Amino acid sequence: MSTAAKPTTTRAIGAHGANRPLSPHLQVYRMPLAALLSIAGHRVTGCGLVFGLLLLTWWLTAAAYGEDAYGVVMSFIGSWFGQLILFGFSVALYFHLCTGVRHLFWDAGKGFEIADTQRSNQIVLASAVILTVITWVAAL
Amino acid sequence: MMIKPSSLRSPLGHARGLGSAKNGTHHWWAQRLTALALIPLTAWIIYSILGLADSSYVEFVTWLRNPLNVTLLVLMVAATFHHAQLGAQVVLEDYVSNHAWRVGSVIAVKFVCAALAVLCIVSIIIVAFGR
Repeated sequence: MSTAAKPTTTRAIGAHGANRPLSPHLQVYRMPLAALLSIAGHRVTGCGLVFGLLLLTWWLTAAAYGEDAYGVVMSFIGSWFGQLILFGFSVALYFHLCTGVRHLFWDAGKGFEIADTQRSNQIVLASAVILTVITWVAAL
Repeated sequence: MMIKPSSLRSPLGHARGLGSAKNGTHHWWAQRLTALALIPLTAWIIYSILGLADSSYVEFVTWLRNPLNVTLLVLMVAATFHHAQLGAQVVLEDYVSNHAWRVGSVIAVKFVCAALAVLCIVSIIIVAFGR
């Protein structure tokens, strides 16, 4: 923070009066790409995927109910709206997978340097896009 | 913890019962283990679904009667719902500030995920073993 030396509000001063950076406030802090990928790329997609699991449940339950119920699911998935949901699910899944694998590397203590993080940003974004494209090329 | 010099309780007496419950990393570890398991399981289910894209009901049932496919699908469902409720719990604990709403929503997510997981697994078994 360039303005840290001259705080204009009391919020810029920590609990102990020390003039030091506070934790990122989501609405006012311009997040670096890695943070954006962590929150938007991992958490938001994760929440979306939880709702997407309803589709997985519907698919498997319908199969157990029989051919007619299974046909209803298949025709929904085949419709433009179903395909849109499936596409969104695949994008969310691949972003969550790629950012998640990077989180596993971070958990192992690897890749914390800024240069490493900036490179892994690009790898994560490119991998998610490539995997999505490959899947839909194979599907269509 | 600060121990008041005037207290007659020993330092051990203060510390007892306040330490680690020995499961502090359990949630974190379970989330990582399910994540690790889901990497190959997700690759497998996407590959399988791509192969099943234009198949009939009978072809789907035939696929699901393969013992390896049943096993992998049950593992995938179990790991997915476990991972999902662990992740949703973290998000809710981070962003829901009202205590009652936070605890209530975490309990609700856990119950719903458990119910959906059992529903999926029972469905898989019904298809795999026939009716």
